[in-house]
Amino acid sequence: MTIIRKPLNRRSILRAGALGGVALATPTIFTSRAWSAGYLNEPTGSTVTFGFNVPQSGPYADEGADELRAYQLAVKHLNGEGDGGMLNTFSSKALQGNGVNGKKVVFVTGDTQTKSDAARASAKRMIEKDGAIMITGGSSSGVAIAVQSLCQEAGVIFMAGLTHSNDTTGKDKRANGFRHFFNTEMTGAALAPVLKNVMGADRRAYHLTADYTWGWSQEESIKKYTGELGWETVAAVRTPLGAGDFSQYITPVLNSGADVLVLNHYGKDMVNSLTQAVQFGLRDKQVNGKNFEIVVPLYSELMAQGAGENVKGILGSSGWDWKLTDAGTQAFTKSFGQEYGFPPSQAAHTCYVQALLYADAAQRAGTFMPSELGKALEGFEFDGLGNGPTLYRAADHQCFKDVLVVKGKENPSSQYDLLEVVEVTPRAQVEYPAELLGGELGPYNNGV
Amino acid sequence: MSARTSPARDLVYFVIFAAAVLTMPVWLAPIGAGYPDLLQKFAIYGLFATGFNLLFGLTGYLSFGHAAFLGVGSYTAVWSFKLLGMNPIPAVILAVVAAGIFALAIGFVSLRRSGIYFSILTLAFAQMSYNLAYSVLTPITNGETGLRVLRSDPRIFDAADGAEGALVSTLFGIEMNGYAGFYFCAVILIAGFFIAQRIFRSPFGIMLRAVKSNQNRMTYTGLNPRPYTLAAFVISGMYAGLAGSLLCITDPLAGAERMQWTASGEVVLMTILGGAGTLLGPLLGAGLIKYFENIFSAFNEQTLHSIFSFLPDFLETPVVGLMSLFVGEGWQLTLGVLFMIIVIFLPGGIMEGVSRLGRLFKGSDKPSAADKGRVEAAAE
Amino acid sequence: MDVFLLQLLNGLDKGGAYALIALGLTLIFGTLGVVNFAHGTLFMLGAFCAITFNKLLSLEQVRIDPEKLTPWGTPLEVREPYVEALLGDFGHWLLNYSVPASILLAIPVMAIIGFVMERGLIKHFYNRPHADQILVTFGLAIVIQEIVKTMFGANPIPQIAPESLRGAADIGLMLGTDPGVIVYPVWRMVYLVFAGLVIAAVFAFLQFTTFGMVVRAGMADRETVGLLGINIERRFTIVFAIAAVVAGLAGVMYTPILPPDYHMGMDFLVLSFVVVVVGGMGSLPGAVAAGFLLGILQSFASMNEIKDILPGIDQIIIYLVAVVILLVRPRGLMGRKGVMEN
Repeated sequence: MTIIRKPLNRRSILRAGALGGVALATPTIFTSRAWSAGYLNEPTGSTVTFGFNVPQSGPYADEGADELRAYQLAVKHLNGEGDGGMLNTFSSKALQGNGVNGKKVVFVTGDTQTKSDAARASAKRMIEKDGAIMITGGSSSGVAIAVQSLCQEAGVIFMAGLTHSNDTTGKDKRANGFRHFFNTEMTGAALAPVLKNVMGADRRAYHLTADYTWGWSQEESIKKYTGELGWETVAAVRTPLGAGDFSQYITPVLNSGADVLVLNHYGKDMVNSLTQAVQFGLRDKQVNGKNFEIVVPLYSELMAQGAGENVKGILGSSGWDWKLTDAGTQAFTKSFGQEYGFPPSQAAHTCYVQALLYADAAQRAGTFMPSELGKALEGFEFDGLGNGPTLYRAADHQCFKDVLVVKGKENPSSQYDLLEVVEVTPRAQVEYPAELLGGELGPYNNGV
Repeated sequence: MSARTSPARDLVYFVIFAAAVLTMPVWLAPIGAGYPDLLQKFAIYGLFATGFNLLFGLTGYLSFGHAAFLGVGSYTAVWSFKLLGMNPIPAVILAVVAAGIFALAIGFVSLRRSGIYFSILTLAFAQMSYNLAYSVLTPITNGETGLRVLRSDPRIFDAADGAEGALVSTLFGIEMNGYAGFYFCAVILIAGFFIAQRIFRSPFGIMLRAVKSNQNRMTYTGLNPRPYTLAAFVISGMYAGLAGSLLCITDPLAGAERMQWTASGEVVLMTILGGAGTLLGPLLGAGLIKYFENIFSAFNEQTLHSIFSFLPDFLETPVVGLMSLFVGEGWQLTLGVLFMIIVIFLPGGIMEGVSRLGRLFKGSDKPSAADKGRVEAAAE
Repeated sequence: MDVFLLQLLNGLDKGGAYALIALGLTLIFGTLGVVNFAHGTLFMLGAFCAITFNKLLSLEQVRIDPEKLTPWGTPLEVREPYVEALLGDFGHWLLNYSVPASILLAIPVMAIIGFVMERGLIKHFYNRPHADQILVTFGLAIVIQEIVKTMFGANPIPQIAPESLRGAADIGLMLGTDPGVIVYPVWRMVYLVFAGLVIAAVFAFLQFTTFGMVVRAGMADRETVGLLGINIERRFTIVFAIAAVVAGLAGVMYTPILPPDYHMGMDFLVLSFVVVVVGGMGSLPGAVAAGFLLGILQSFASMNEIKDILPGIDQIIIYLVAVVILLVRPRGLMGRKGVMEN
């Protein structure tokens, strides 16, 4: 599968890639530290290098491919090629489409394999060898946290890709790390009221939870917010990551007296557990005089594709959807769809926006120095990037924006139209105090 | 190949090896591998494979759970940082000891069986360690996120530096990342190689080879092979623990996935690919696999276009299209093809190819040609 | 009681899948003496036979409707499946039954794949060390996986069971319990019966045919069979093809339960090796028994009552049982002395 579906003009690729290619082919024997620059990997030539660290192998390879497409599109727009996408709708007008700080944007790519070690090795290569000024991307929280702490130690900015665990901007937050995507806390706050409206306040929930930090975090948030609305949690059962067959965890649900099943699973686990839960007839069941319901707190388009028919009518939350009607979303969807022939996923959206936000902050700060650039992002209020008015909170480097509650569409019009937006939960409703999740940002590290 | 060994030859061999390792940043630079992180990985995984080879290459016991020791070494090292301070020396020592004890326990049980039964026992122990580290043992291992050093950790001996110091391993004021970290690993690799070389030549090593060639005959002569194989197992586990601690010294993070069966499989592949039972082979195998993982995966369509830009347009696009299947997200395909080619055409791994090259030169050239061949092969 | 029964069903179902994969693996071990790390890949290829069959059936005629535009401004494509257009009701029926019907495609395809693999590659490794066999089959597995990934992507692809076999049936009613107490998915029961049939067919084939007799003799003592002037090589090829077909069928029928992706073979690889070894090297009944045993124990270990006492036990039960069995019975449940012990 090629990343660039519609071949670009060869010369334009050459121009964009020449310097990145040269940087790959000719190794720097000395690390940039030896140059005693003002900050690590300070760009001295006419280009600046971004590092796109996405999963290219393993279970999230398709999501990673979509992230990479978004990044390539972002680079084009930053360099003034293509239609400009969300640059036209972005509330900050600092970027002119002539690169960033007068430098043309080039990029290097790497494979995280969705493994912490591989992701860190790949990020280190970009920093040590290719001179990347920032690292961005990723499709799981474990990897995001691992790479974020690496970037903190090395002294470059990390713009997190798809990571939903509270810890990324909670107890594991770092000054050099920034997250645009939402988290389990916001999912709980957004989803619970809708669940109450649809299913009523008197419900008994059974949780199946992937047995690792993200799963626990998700389970806690849903329990907390549904508990406040009067739901009772019958049981919360931990399932091994990558269990494949979940039948032995689903059968106890049947006669447990629960009338809602919450699947705190992501990716392949969610695809499998949902498919199997539906096969067990849970959705046709009547318990306590109510229809049995299934909830999937975190949705993605790829997961919906993998689970096929089974997602129909199932509620969950999502960071963004290409069918939103605001100008930013429409500009991005148009730009992405024309380039690649299908609409972008929420992973693509968050990655594209992160690249733009980084570039914009650098332009406004007038430098790529992490401490200066970070200050330009802290407390930054913006609009026009698809989620309504958004704040990059200074206290924990977490974006606050509207969260979508979505459900599997009953009659999809195409293979990309699997989810429908049920409600756009306003930002005010998902905000929480920064102290809630603990952790400490610490000081910025400029790497020198 | 042990036919022409002598202490003098071994010494020459060792000196050339040490020189080659220490100059890696220079001669690996032209192929894009001359940056600290990959150099460190070469040294660390080289050490891991060397240790694995002491068990598999000599005794023929194929352990499929060596990653467990790598993981135990890593966790011990990070705990040593957290509790004692960022000095790498205690971390190394504690990790080797912990991995040794763990290997002793697992080896004691697993070595009651041989052949594939032994392999599955080691695999089972490693998988249990991995699954528990990922979930139930999270208080000790920090689960999916991985164990890291935090500012709030006691770090008793670092109290003088206060909480301001960087959270990287530091030896006599030198931070163990970048090139300093590489040289630290390189020195340990050279020491590990030296010990492995001694073991290969010692009576103990000969005894281990006897286990491989015919265990029954050995038993008939009244020798019990178990203590020897167990010793080899523990030593090789300690090498793995050492490698695990080095991973954390150069980069203080220990994740559970280091213990997964894929990691155990990787070291098996490294060893076989390079040539099991040879001293240098496992190192070459480790280097090759890590090189592919880090460099081939980094190529994207842009880089390919710039590499093949010398071709005329009508050739360039198909060539780039074809090549892009094998690099970037397709790097594993290249690795798979490479495994097959090497094992089909060079039954003894890369070292087989090297000795064939050596034999080609041998007729006319000086006897040192074989050594030269090895060094040249190391340059790939 | 009902919980117990449901978990037993789960265990049998899992066991059926494990046994089917392990059966082929142990056939290859026992007769050919080859450690086949590409066996999981054969399971995956079987699953993708079902997907390919379904894709072929739902091949669509694409027309471009110039009147309408997609939300991103390119002309809208209108799609119509050919099969339904051409065959009408039968096409609809075929599409509905595509999973079981794809068995007809999977048998010849998997047999050919098995044949090509054995003749083209495995044959040359009969007399090579196991280490070489591992490396070459592992390399092959990666290559096949990557090719599948290039063609189908990395995301799981859903397959649905025929409409009449979807959903769950109340089998408790038959046993006299209250309605809704013992409900089990119909397709899982189909899978269990199917696994039993395939296993029975393989055993019958080996037990009651001359060919099977020679293969069994070959498993017991390869050299002597060779000395008798029997062309064992040709039979090896057929055995390998049978093993590939069995693994492939296991994959085909599993697709509605587990949406397949390119990596599913690797996920089952380690497990199937554990099953084979616990059963005992070279023993077909051992592999089947171990498959069901591990499946059932895995199900019971996941019960909340047991997890409360031993947290995390469901994560390691398979390996724990493997260790205990191998320590108590040195050659697994039914292994013979001297097979793969060096």
